[in-house]
Amino acid sequence: MLNYIWFGMMAISVVAGIFTGRIDAVTEAAINMSKVAVEISIGLIGIMALWLGIMKIAEASGLIRIIARGLKPITIRLFPDVPADHPAIGSIVLNMSANMLGLGNAATPLGLKAMEELQELNPKKDTATNAMVMFLAINTSSVQLIIPATVVALMGAAASQIFITTILATLASTITAIVMVKLLEKMKRFSVESAS
Amino acid sequence: MIESIVGGLNAGAKYIIPLLLVGIPMYAITVKKIKVYEVFVEGAKDGFTIAVRIIPYLVAILVAVGMFRASGALELLLNFLAPVLNFIGFPPENLPLALMRPLSGSGSLGLLTDLVNEHGADSLYAKIGATMFGSSETTFYVLAVYFGSVGITRSRHALVAGLTADAVGALSAVYICKLLIG
Repeated sequence: MLNYIWFGMMAISVVAGIFTGRIDAVTEAAINMSKVAVEISIGLIGIMALWLGIMKIAEASGLIRIIARGLKPITIRLFPDVPADHPAIGSIVLNMSANMLGLGNAATPLGLKAMEELQELNPKKDTATNAMVMFLAINTSSVQLIIPATVVALMGAAASQIFITTILATLASTITAIVMVKLLEKMKRFSVESAS
Repeated sequence: MIESIVGGLNAGAKYIIPLLLVGIPMYAITVKKIKVYEVFVEGAKDGFTIAVRIIPYLVAILVAVGMFRASGALELLLNFLAPVLNFIGFPPENLPLALMRPLSGSGSLGLLTDLVNEHGADSLYAKIGATMFGSSETTFYVLAVYFGSVGITRSRHALVAGLTADAVGALSAVYICKLLIG
């Protein structure tokens, strides 16, 4: 899937770039973005280290286990393949809480920790498991209770008006994500064996 | 009423991180007698490896997204989709943002800024745009970073599910705003 989309985006870009006369900009974007990607990754090191350190303390003190147990009724339905008291569940719950509170800086390290723990349960290391896809889909659909500070700054007094609409739209997209994942994971073309 | 809730949530948010940074070690050191400094450093060691592991995945995705944005393909797509959008009541003004949202966080913030500057923060276009921005994530980036961090290349149904959710989110933003504010 990603193979076709990745190639397709670049192929369309080159064709469209020639057509619109912006082929120079396409070249420049390719070179520029490869630099940006490295800058983003390197920039993550500090914040990753900070949250992974704090998470290790939370894990060693049993806090993660307590949180995982508390939300068992929900997580067991979303992630049936993951044992309910597995550390991955604790990290998943913390990542979602951070997302809900709009703490993007904390959410990414917590999410990557969850991915690492889900990978331990994965028998086929280059292929995503059902639990991983579910986790990713919930993350990309964004469950947010706090309007991003940038949006508040931009919208001014109108920001409070979009509070309810944002929550409702987020709810719609998250439910769609969950339903889609559950439907698609049973389809043969997305199965672990034939995955691409 | 809503204003005070929003105000309260946003005012409270700034205390969460400092409380977590102090609260977690405090529980560990007082209740469980854990050597918090040593455990912290042990966990923090992984920060470097994970961040570096993401690089090839992020380069692949961001280069493709960057080329796509620069090529003008989005505008071509816009012309192509305009008749369909008019039919379903989707304002063409909001389409660039809806298409950009899964591709780029900074790009979609730029488009939202344009909407606010052009139509005013009080306009329906800006409100729909802000709802779209707040209710979705940068799907391609999240996919590259999350799957890349553990070396997953076969993403199975993740992208289809993510993009469908983005589409439903964008449509919901339009109809919910029209219904509640418009």
